[in-house]
Amino acid sequence: MNRQAQAVVMLLFGGAIVRASVTDMYLRYVKESLRPFLIAAGLVLIAAAVMTLVHEVLRPRARAGGDDAEPADHGHDHGDGKPHREPWVAWLLILPVLGLLLVAPPALGSYAAGQAGTALSSQQASDYPPLPPGDPAKISVLDYASRAVFDKGVSLGDRTVQLTGFIAQGPNGEPILARIILSCCAADGRPIKLGMSGNAPAGLASDTWVEVVGKYTDRTVTDPVNEETIPYIEVETWTQIDPPKQQYE
Amino acid sequence: MGSVEILAVLLVLLVLFRGPVADAISDPRLQTWTTVFVSVMVQAVPFLVFGVVLSAIIAVYVPRSFWARALPRHPALAVPVASCAGVVLPGCECGAVPIAGSLIRRGVTPAAALAFLLAAPAINPIVLAATAVAFPNNPEMVVARGVASLVVAMIMGWLWLRLGKAEWIRLPHRPDLDGMPKGRAFWASVRHDVVHAGGFLVLGAMAAATINVVVPERWLQTLADNPVLSVIALAVLAVLLSICSEADAFVAASLSQFSLTSRLVFLVVGPMVDLKLISMQAGVFGRRFAFRFAPATFAICVLAGVAVGAVIL
Repeated sequence: MNRQAQAVVMLLFGGAIVRASVTDMYLRYVKESLRPFLIAAGLVLIAAAVMTLVHEVLRPRARAGGDDAEPADHGHDHGDGKPHREPWVAWLLILPVLGLLLVAPPALGSYAAGQAGTALSSQQASDYPPLPPGDPAKISVLDYASRAVFDKGVSLGDRTVQLTGFIAQGPNGEPILARIILSCCAADGRPIKLGMSGNAPAGLASDTWVEVVGKYTDRTVTDPVNEETIPYIEVETWTQIDPPKQQYE
Repeated sequence: MGSVEILAVLLVLLVLFRGPVADAISDPRLQTWTTVFVSVMVQAVPFLVFGVVLSAIIAVYVPRSFWARALPRHPALAVPVASCAGVVLPGCECGAVPIAGSLIRRGVTPAAALAFLLAAPAINPIVLAATAVAFPNNPEMVVARGVASLVVAMIMGWLWLRLGKAEWIRLPHRPDLDGMPKGRAFWASVRHDVVHAGGFLVLGAMAAATINVVVPERWLQTLADNPVLSVIALAVLAVLLSICSEADAFVAASLSQFSLTSRLVFLVVGPMVDLKLISMQAGVFGRRFAFRFAPATFAICVLAGVAVGAVIL
């Protein structure tokens, strides 16, 4: 791949990164805190592409003929002092551009949740403060699950809570409530799973987002993937909702 | 037909066949693969770009003679100093290989240049910051990575003094950035590093996504449960994945069923021995060098990673 084509690929790559981070698309892949760095990195890529094109266009005129015999399409020496024989790897940079601009894959969902065991054990806290005010109290799936398992439901008590998650398949094919947690990017995404008893949502396809209102129950089931405990929630009411902007916890 | 034309045709075809392409990956496995692949790339981009920019600044605006002046005369003393000098050279391993080559040209003892080559991509501030971000609950991982990598770099430097033969290293003739105006040299270095390091990062992200989707968690679990197998498995994985050192911590963090020690070995091996480094070293220093240096480094990396992991983690 010659330098002009490299510049075009860098331009597309930088543009795709900037586009994903000025919209909410980047939230499907990484944490919100990365946004300013993504925008800055995308702009540097665009600048590098523009400067490469400028230098490539200006170069033949600046040196009228003469020593411009350097073959730009060969990877032996770019004139920048770093010999490389594999300029083909530059072509691979088209793939993330396609991924971001053409495919734009969705956030991890029920398939990923089914592949991995519930990730509760890595999230054990030492103390559980009182639930936030409100009836129902809005808490995260992770918060509910760790209070239910590690706090034996003590801090949940008799309060009504509201959780948001998506429908996935449970160990026995029944619908469960799941949410993916991230530490950096979707590559380390791990599911938190909740069983639903009582007035559980029925007839919903996997990956449908729901808001569930209910109370603590001491019922549990074991996740066959990693032998960890999946707690239950006794559902009173539920509503189908649009996927939230931030799909990870 | 030139690369630009091929690229244009390729992009037009892809836009035209966008529908079928999207349908083809509607399968949940492929979709998850794509999500993980794009995620690894997006997460790594800021680290890759800042590493490349800082490496270009140092390559263009810091005179190479500075490194030669800064090192002690005695080779055995130059090795630890060069290893620690790696701390101030941010960049991934793709940048370190040619810099080590030019250090040798400038008269730096090869032992010191090689220690620098190994240390620079592993213990520079960007890599350590990335490691801290990737392991928010295990800050000791940053210390362990720095210590183990430093130990490996110094041992390899001293081993070269004892056992290395100068004729194994054959540096090819090459012009360098010095002949260019500074601004042009800077952007040339950025472009070059982005395209090469980024291209190999794509390979690594593809492999990471494949392992994420294809290898069932239960199977990884059986490897991860055995302390010896897990270390060997992740050491080999680090060589095969060939991920840029600025991004490998995020992949290690995602391998959360493995012990911290085996993931430490993954982080120590990755920046020092992997497929793309072996090929780059063979290109810059010669094959006779690379085929001796890489296996020795691999063995020392695993031993040092396990030892440091036993003490710190």
